[in-house]
Amino acid sequence: MTAATWPDARGRFGEFGGRYVPETLIGALQRLDLAAHEALADKRFGEALSLELESWVGRPTPLTRADRLGKAWGIDLWLKREDLAHTGAHKINNAMGQALLAQRLGASRVVAETGAGQHGVAVAAVCARLGLPCTVYMGAVDVERQAPNVQRMRLFGAEVVPVEAGDATLRAAIDEAMRAWVSDPEGTFYLLGSVVGPHPYPWLVREFQRVIGIEARRQFIQRTGVLPDACIACVGGGSNAIGLFHPFMDDPVELIGIEAGGASSVTHGRPGVLHGCYSMLLQDNDGQVLETHSVSAGLDYPGVGPEHAFLNISSNAYYYIVDDAEAVRALEECCGLEGILPALETAHALAGARNYGREHPGASVILGYSGRGDKDLDILAGVGQ
Amino acid sequence: MTAPPVGLATALENQLKHPKSGVPALVAYLTAGFPDRSAFPDLLRSVARVADAVEIGVPFTDPMADGITIQRTSRIALEDGVTLRWILDMLESVGRLEAPVLLMSYVNPLLAYGWDRLTDRAAEARVAGLIVPDLPWEECRPVRHRIEGAGMALVQLVSPLTPEPRLKTLCAASSGFVYAVTTTGTTGGEGNFAEIEDYLGRVSRHSAVPVCAGFGIRNALHVRQLAQHLDGVVVGSALLEVIERGQDPVRFLRSLRPAPSS
Repeated sequence: MTAATWPDARGRFGEFGGRYVPETLIGALQRLDLAAHEALADKRFGEALSLELESWVGRPTPLTRADRLGKAWGIDLWLKREDLAHTGAHKINNAMGQALLAQRLGASRVVAETGAGQHGVAVAAVCARLGLPCTVYMGAVDVERQAPNVQRMRLFGAEVVPVEAGDATLRAAIDEAMRAWVSDPEGTFYLLGSVVGPHPYPWLVREFQRVIGIEARRQFIQRTGVLPDACIACVGGGSNAIGLFHPFMDDPVELIGIEAGGASSVTHGRPGVLHGCYSMLLQDNDGQVLETHSVSAGLDYPGVGPEHAFLNISSNAYYYIVDDAEAVRALEECCGLEGILPALETAHALAGARNYGREHPGASVILGYSGRGDKDLDILAGVGQ
Repeated sequence: MTAPPVGLATALENQLKHPKSGVPALVAYLTAGFPDRSAFPDLLRSVARVADAVEIGVPFTDPMADGITIQRTSRIALEDGVTLRWILDMLESVGRLEAPVLLMSYVNPLLAYGWDRLTDRAAEARVAGLIVPDLPWEECRPVRHRIEGAGMALVQLVSPLTPEPRLKTLCAASSGFVYAVTTTGTTGGEGNFAEIEDYLGRVSRHSAVPVCAGFGIRNALHVRQLAQHLDGVVVGSALLEVIERGQDPVRFLRSLRPAPSS
């Protein structure tokens, strides 16, 4: 069994994962699991998804060689440009996949959570396209700091519900989306945006995000004839990282996840259960979940996908931390040298690549360039002051 | 060494089968340490005098099955420094209570405490059982025997959406009682019990232990509607709201149950 073959039938990646939810949701998760396996094995579903990804999302996204930035950092740097996918981030890959599943299951409405707002925008856009009513739960703090995305969601017809409870960020938004789902598990489809949550979500979201790594691997080999030395991506819940990593899992390629300084659950967490899965979790000695603090709303999450917890403990991937200041500096360098404005989440991966370059001069790196940074201009203005 | 605590789960089952006054049995839910830690032991003692069992809620930062009332009381308790350790110490020092006590907790505080330590300490504190809303059947199997081996009940929750074969399994596996969730949704809603007679009947048929319903049970009318279909009712959010308003929880609990007809 290689690392790429997990999860098992119980939704476990080694010891991590599982399905820790109220009994009311068990049936919905079992149906989703079954329907997802059937859909992914159904050639027609695959064709419908591919057509949407190509003609509406804009896939394949380019693999851009970042010549000047790479030179500055002493590496051969390639950016897998998910910022160029429709709505500006990788989130759309999963949103489209799951929304087609929701349609197949006959769901009457979709609920979703969002942190930075990228997943919310993707879900709102997909639901507009497919004609599905959609409610997005978003922490009140995030509603404030990601206002442009709130406006986009509303233009796409989504109802955006600010969540004041708890820490009013991504984690509170997930709590609230799950409560909405528990209230109507048969008619509501919960379109979860990261590789977290109860089985089958960590697996399902990964399957819809693998397209990142499949394309990147093919594009890199086409351009260079070899494999890269490393793949680097930021990790909050970890969907863009898993999507990039997974197709390289059996290759001699270093896989590196970059966590945000104030939200480093793989590095500083302990195993525990949050939002339906057993994974690494930032918690106190009494098992209470800690509040996180990152400049990046998309990484501001105390848990992490169970597959990352497993890849870390089995040394199939390595995880490092980048702080707010390093991320902002990398963002500025990327803007100045490449003419591309990354999301603050993506900026963490960039800073990770710069740090990697110090230890591995000349290495070739594919970087999961997960999203565009327009949404972060207000935050950047604040950081600059 | 304390004596083996065998029988706490059985005592709980008996109490629910033979309520103190009238039917159905009353299971009262209190968030541990709410309204504050110093007032809680007296509150617990007085509630235990009226109720047939008391569920003590272990506060958690992310209570995904709970509505706004228990979210609020949990947050207040956490801010007041309530931990599982405090709860177990309090239970040991509070003295003999007039009703069996269960802990209702999300799984993470239990994991952090450690199952072995928990089963030892909880038995010492005369905890009759555990209710863990985010530990469904598939995930509880590794710890179920350890909990029941310590003489404690592990209460299984069932929902109106649980399919028949699974319902059979869960009812057969439950100890202490079967917790029949009345509705989809979170705790603290407004009960609508018009269409659940069939469901409650099926739960009762499959259960060897008492059946108690919970979620959305707020007043005497709700209790009367449900009384004929089951052994007990769990009252949580409505009771906490009474406490929040500074009203008398004992009086409220008494008002829920019609006087036994002679």
